[in-house]
Amino acid sequence: MASGDVQSDESLYPIAVLIDELRNEDVQLRLNSIKKLSTIALALGVERTRSELIPFLTDTIYDEDEVLLALAEQLGTFTQLVGGESYVHVLLPPLESLAQVEETIVRDKAVESLRTLAPQHSTTDLETYFVPTVKRLAQGDWFTSRTSASGLISVCYARVSNHVKGELRQLFKSLCQDDTPMVRRAAAAKLGEFAKVVEPEYLRQEFVPLFTNLANDEQDSVRLLAVEAGIAMAGLFRHEDLEQQMMQTLRSATEDKSWRVRYVVADKLVDLQKAVGPEITKNDLVGAYSSLLKDPEAEVRAAAASKLKDFCNNLSADTREQIIMSQILPCVKDMVGDMNQHVKSALASVIMGLSPILGKDNTLEHLLPLFLNQLKDDYPEVRLNIISNLECINEVIGVRQLSQSLLPAIVELASDAKWRVRLGIIEYMPLLAGQLGPEFFDEKLSSLCMSWLTDHVFAIREAATNNLKKLVEKFGRDWAQNTVIPKVIQLARDQNYLYRMTCLFAINILAEPCGQEITQRMMLPTVITLAGDAVANVRFNVAKTLQRIYPVLDSSALAMHVKPCLEKLTQDVDHDVQYFASEAYEKIIEAL
Amino acid sequence: MQNAGSDDDLLEWYPSQVKGPVDDEVQEADLISTIEFNENGELLAVGDKGGRIVVFQREQQTKTSPRRNEYNVYITFHSHEPEFDYLKSLEIEEKINQIRWLKRKNPAHFLLSTNDKTVKLWKISEKTKRAEGFNLRDDNGIIRSTNSITNLRIPIIKPMELMVEATPKRVFSNAHTYHINSISLNSDQETFLSADDLRINLWHTEVTNQSFNIVDIKPPNMEDLTEVITGAEFHPRECNLFVYSSSRGIIRLCDMRQSALCDRHCKIFEEPEDPTTRSFFSEIISSISDIKFSHSGRYMLTRDFLNLKVWDLQMDNRPVETYPIHEYLRTKLCALYENDCIFDKFECCWSPRDNHLLTGSYHNLFKITSRLTRKDAIFEASREQAIRPRQLLKAKKVMPSARRNRRDEINTDTLEFSKKILHCAYHPTDNIIAIATAHNLFTYIAKDSSSLSS
Repeated sequence: MASGDVQSDESLYPIAVLIDELRNEDVQLRLNSIKKLSTIALALGVERTRSELIPFLTDTIYDEDEVLLALAEQLGTFTQLVGGESYVHVLLPPLESLAQVEETIVRDKAVESLRTLAPQHSTTDLETYFVPTVKRLAQGDWFTSRTSASGLISVCYARVSNHVKGELRQLFKSLCQDDTPMVRRAAAAKLGEFAKVVEPEYLRQEFVPLFTNLANDEQDSVRLLAVEAGIAMAGLFRHEDLEQQMMQTLRSATEDKSWRVRYVVADKLVDLQKAVGPEITKNDLVGAYSSLLKDPEAEVRAAAASKLKDFCNNLSADTREQIIMSQILPCVKDMVGDMNQHVKSALASVIMGLSPILGKDNTLEHLLPLFLNQLKDDYPEVRLNIISNLECINEVIGVRQLSQSLLPAIVELASDAKWRVRLGIIEYMPLLAGQLGPEFFDEKLSSLCMSWLTDHVFAIREAATNNLKKLVEKFGRDWAQNTVIPKVIQLARDQNYLYRMTCLFAINILAEPCGQEITQRMMLPTVITLAGDAVANVRFNVAKTLQRIYPVLDSSALAMHVKPCLEKLTQDVDHDVQYFASEAYEKIIEAL
Repeated sequence: MQNAGSDDDLLEWYPSQVKGPVDDEVQEADLISTIEFNENGELLAVGDKGGRIVVFQREQQTKTSPRRNEYNVYITFHSHEPEFDYLKSLEIEEKINQIRWLKRKNPAHFLLSTNDKTVKLWKISEKTKRAEGFNLRDDNGIIRSTNSITNLRIPIIKPMELMVEATPKRVFSNAHTYHINSISLNSDQETFLSADDLRINLWHTEVTNQSFNIVDIKPPNMEDLTEVITGAEFHPRECNLFVYSSSRGIIRLCDMRQSALCDRHCKIFEEPEDPTTRSFFSEIISSISDIKFSHSGRYMLTRDFLNLKVWDLQMDNRPVETYPIHEYLRTKLCALYENDCIFDKFECCWSPRDNHLLTGSYHNLFKITSRLTRKDAIFEASREQAIRPRQLLKAKKVMPSARRNRRDEINTDTLEFSKKILHCAYHPTDNIIAIATAHNLFTYIAKDSSSLSS
């Protein structure tokens, strides 16, 4: 690597600017400079980077958060720039001070960089430089440094001597018992990770008590993080040990006084289920799960409901059906009539997933009434979630079983007062069309699809045109010619210019799937007629449409109809029309 | 009324300092709107109607002056600016309604300040080092020619004179339709609440784009409105508990563990009304203007127009102690109603060991009450006394029969209602109090109380 002194003056200048801008008044310039720190370091060479640049950076922690964040990130990739792995430890001091700033994202980034650098240390360097850094952080005056320490212990643990290992475990223990809830939270969040690298004998002797303490902390926010640690640790024990060491604490978490803790249990239930294995799941978790489904707090019920499919899928195959039928389904049945719409809508988004598990007969007998019930729910989101998951049930019993209830539900959603709900149902139309077949669709739903073209919300009209395209792709050109296109063309004669524009937008999209013959015969004349529209917006959209659909047309149509039309539009009184017309005209001349 | 003798546990006070303008012809923007000590009492923040915050720092301990009772200006900064809500055509005042210090997390200090609509998180930090040396400029700031750069210079860090900076770190806005009356930090040290007339929101100190509504007392029809929220505070240790007070004199205790929305309180503290004292003004004067948990977390202190009340968290049917503050005003409620004084919001506070209570009154009087002996003393915050710091404050008596020639007696008919002490603060560990009159901040220090903790 070239040293700065031997470079010519010319090439020094940009680097000099970068260095000076590290201290510019403008944050953006400082940020740019920090992001090009590697360029500066390269120009300085490894010696000066180590002896001057890094010490300077160590002291610049008074900057804006975004500059510090960029710095913390850069330093994680600096190993080669300070002379390779044998010098990686010189990067520790700046990161150590960054790991103490008050801003969480900066600290986290500094910790992340330190974690990347840890494995690059030789075993000696790890004990000479890295471990002391961790110790200083863990014993720092302010909680900010102690929280950072909790994330660093696990990455150096495996490679240090037994004596140091003991010290590190002790440090971690003191972090778990820190006075401030922030440090206990940070330690609880890293407990699972550390447990994975610790020798089994300490796991039982030292870590289980730590976990138990954190899981019984007075602060809700600590207990809820302990749950996650518990899940990670549960995976490390054999069955009997697990039962003996941890289950009591985990069980009590499912009945915690704080709904936030129960919420985390509900949210992480599937992970817990995987960690504890089938036996404990059957004995403990199923009961816990059904009580979470009946929790007094709606947030907890909603979280539990959303895990229904995954939880049931992960039950062991031999007892699955029996457990679902006897313990879970009764809760689900109650839940369909829940007071809270979020609970119902969470349930509706996964309930269909039960039918492949339970098979045709059970679905018909037990689930179908629930689906039908939900299709009539007061809240559109619930209905929408059921409809959007029809696929699962289609495979088991076929969608026909539902069609009688489905239709009114769809029609009602299609005219819901909230446009986002209407948008939701439009997006499922192609799917429904595929499952219901063209006859049923024509009979019941095609008029709906057409009516969306004249919705008063643009997003709906736009979605409606896209929907038509997908339907045409599904049902073919003949269907398009007989059903869709006549209706689209009709729009060109509407009083409202917005609908006339919708007609053009629909043509834009339909031209390609419909192909040359239909486009030329049925749609092109309409486009040409609209070129004489009274509204300028319609006219320049004609130009845009022509520019869009010309690849589909043959050259005679281009020469006979399109070209004269555009020529006329280029002479239009409106500037926008002229602009778009001449843009299209040039394209078409090229094509001819 | 009890007199303050030296034989009971009431403290005697020396005037310490007066801050603020001398003459009374001062600007509206200088009106003090809130005062607050930080966690260890080393800093004292004062907010005003002009959106400014002045932070005072307690004198540093040195060999020459072991008693550190004086507070000096540490930093002054503008926290809130006047704004205009274009959607509602409303002016948003810059007045600082409340300040709350965060527990210290690194060498910098952090505080939350709020006006009617927006809460801000400020960082107050010290800078003692500065980088020196540029490449494109020489040491005198003269630009060097491009050709003369033969060597790259890395700046060198040099010590410099102490500089204190206040930087806005976060702005928590757009969550309140009504006026924010209180903010309070949770003991988990990561969340805080903000309460307006009808709703209470919960925030994370690091997240500005979302807050959770935890209490909403807005009735579907505003005509059914019977009360508004006047204050809210988290329990000092139980992270799940908070209380809010209402204009009907009711305190509700809520448990955030029970459910996400705390509309249903788990305990309600309410004293049945005494039918003998009922009048047209009963409802107005029962409104709670301030609520504070004791340091121990066992009691709550509330202030209504005429009384201080101490409530035990275990007893919800009546307060355990009631201290009339200015009973002599009961006959003057009509006049106080007419000049709007009846709506004044007096604050109250606990002493470090929860054994004394402090609150303000009219005529620039403030009252300190001993819970042990139930004795109290009324003092007047005045500049004349403050300039004689060696002399103990003399307690005043307010009575209808006060004689003119007695300086320690004040006639109830000569009380000045335009002079009032709404804001007061008690040092968290030492017997030092801060009292705000309209524009001035007074500090007082108790006799023989260099530090309680020692």
